[in-house]
Amino acid sequence: MAAKILEKEQLSENVFKLVLDAPRIAKKRKAGQFIVLRIHEEGERVPLTIADADAEKGTLTIIFQTVGKSTTHLSEMNAGDELLDLVGPLGQPTHIEKIGTIACIGGGVGVAPVYPITEAMKKAGNHIISIIGARDKSLIIMEDEMKAVSDEFIVATDDGSYGFHGFVSQALEEKYLLQGKKIDLVVAIGPVPMMRAVCDTTKKYNVPTVVSLNSIMVDATGMCGACRVSVGGKTKFVCVDGPEFDGHQVDFRELIDRQRIYLDEEKECMDHYCTCKQQGKGGL
Amino acid sequence: MPEQDPKVRARNFDEVPLGFTPEMAKLEALRCIQCKNPACVDGCPVEVDIPGFIALVAEGDFIGAAKKIKSTNALPAVCGRVCPQEVQCEIQCVRGKKAEPVAIGRLERFVADFERAAGEVSIPEKPAPTGKKIAVVGSGPAGLTVAGDMVQLGHDVTMFEALHAAGGVLVYGIPEFRLPKAIVAAEVDYLKKLGVKLETSSVIGKVATVDDLFEEGYDAIFLGTGAGAPSFMKIPGENLNGIYSANEYLTRSNLMKAYRFPEYDTPIVRGKNVAVIGGGNVAMDAARTAMRLGADNVYLVYRRSRQEMPARIEEIHHAEEEGIQLNLLTTPIKYIGNDKGWVTSMECLRMELGEPDDSGRRRPVPIEGSEFTWDVDAVVVAIGSGANPLVQETTPGLDTNKWNNIVADEETGQTSREGVFAGGDIVTGAATVILAMGAGRKAARAMHEYVMSK
Repeated sequence: MAAKILEKEQLSENVFKLVLDAPRIAKKRKAGQFIVLRIHEEGERVPLTIADADAEKGTLTIIFQTVGKSTTHLSEMNAGDELLDLVGPLGQPTHIEKIGTIACIGGGVGVAPVYPITEAMKKAGNHIISIIGARDKSLIIMEDEMKAVSDEFIVATDDGSYGFHGFVSQALEEKYLLQGKKIDLVVAIGPVPMMRAVCDTTKKYNVPTVVSLNSIMVDATGMCGACRVSVGGKTKFVCVDGPEFDGHQVDFRELIDRQRIYLDEEKECMDHYCTCKQQGKGGL
Repeated sequence: MPEQDPKVRARNFDEVPLGFTPEMAKLEALRCIQCKNPACVDGCPVEVDIPGFIALVAEGDFIGAAKKIKSTNALPAVCGRVCPQEVQCEIQCVRGKKAEPVAIGRLERFVADFERAAGEVSIPEKPAPTGKKIAVVGSGPAGLTVAGDMVQLGHDVTMFEALHAAGGVLVYGIPEFRLPKAIVAAEVDYLKKLGVKLETSSVIGKVATVDDLFEEGYDAIFLGTGAGAPSFMKIPGENLNGIYSANEYLTRSNLMKAYRFPEYDTPIVRGKNVAVIGGGNVAMDAARTAMRLGADNVYLVYRRSRQEMPARIEEIHHAEEEGIQLNLLTTPIKYIGNDKGWVTSMECLRMELGEPDDSGRRRPVPIEGSEFTWDVDAVVVAIGSGANPLVQETTPGLDTNKWNNIVADEETGQTSREGVFAGGDIVTGAATVILAMGAGRKAARAMHEYVMSK
């Protein structure tokens, strides 16, 4: 089904937010779920986590980073434009319950998917420690939104240009785990190296850690197995078994390899897109 | 029937058989002796009036012949191409006892194509509305049949499809060179003209459950969600880059048109030495796709012998003509990769046939010490697929068997839930297009009775 873009906002140099008109999905979606969209007839199916939704208004918010052709094209669309297809909500929702103290960690654009989980966990009565990070200050997104659903809040930047100087995993360890502060669950979403670093850290302290994986997908309904990942030695499909898994069981090495399958093709596709645009065949 | 030259067609995605000319069709139709008790009709799961349509072809009334088929089969252009006629209608043909049976499938294909090309696809008169709402979940062969039958009985039919295009396995699974997608689109379009509403990108079980659909006022629901979960062998290295399920490989190429990358955005690994594991029609489709994507060598690896291959003889023949190398009585036991996680070779075992197993076929037994490796840079695992679980896990009270297939009455498609019917691969496990259509036909009859007596 087609979906209209209602609002567009640029959150940082290469991170964009779109609000979509999608009443059926907005009504059904739960924290942790995702959608798949297709921009045009020749387009690929792009999975993106739902950052927020308003069931009453019938709107869905997605936040994405431009990494290849499809996301670049998406970032060039505007309010009033229509996506050719939008399907969802997909994947298993986050298991929300009152556990105690939960650290919600988002790296880069990963703050967007961590936000609805943080909000739901807060609503369930948990004490929320949020740690969000990025390479530098200009890449930090959703700071106010995250603050509003957190009891404790830390910003970390790799270059120290804002807040804690270092990675989110280091902030977690230095500010909490090393000091013996009790954390019952960590939820970490972001680039794979960041999630791996958080998991390596929390393993040392035996803190259960949930990660949300963004594997390559095609149908995203359990039909193709493109998104398969090894979890505790067993093959799982991120699209229907996930996207959330026990981070201590995930084979991150394999995940990184599998995310690089189409690097050459992604570049070729981007070059093709740029050439077409230069030749005035916009919208391709 | 004339075909594209194997050397040429092995590198393009155009349809392989070129089809009958009108003269050829008439000549072939004249071979039918119009049996009084036509056994061929008994062999057809949807009971097409075979002698009836063939008589019209012999008279040159091709449009009339197409109408005749369509009175019992909504998808003649599809069935003429992908039905295993050699084990259904044609095997029953009296002419086949002494010579070749009448080419029923090719004639069916010819009249459907003739009608479409003539632009004379006729829309039957709309029946009086019954006021009953029917939901059809899945738009593959079973769902299309149910939708077509129910709309022609006057019901208000909505068909839900998870993907962005209707047709199910006809669009994601079967390649363009065997079933052009324009034909599927035309058949779906025909159903829309009959009044069927189509909701693509709607995953039932996610955006709405079966119970939600009843709440929305549907009187009966048909589940035709197919055999959509790929099987892997669970051997070491199976998650290496370059190793695909047949579902993924074919979906990328067929539905997403990766063979036209970068004009289309979806990429696919174009291996030089490709191994396809399996011996069914899907394995043949994958192997022939790999060849068309530019492989130097395509090896079909099957653990039993040629006799046990489940693929149609015609498909095996086409594959071999195109240069696919059959490696029978062979099974992979391990994939080996490089430091970047890409498959580089596979270790295999030779097999021999032992005693018959549960399927009645002789069981393949590994020959000890027969391990060997060979270099591959892409692998497609085509060893079957299981039931897609999305509807089952969100429908309380819907009985399933140990393979998670939905339990449904063979004659009516009735499930353990009132008003819920099911048919096709989701009930039987992966089978054929026409069997799914046959199940759809029976379920439609039962659903009609059910909603009218409510």
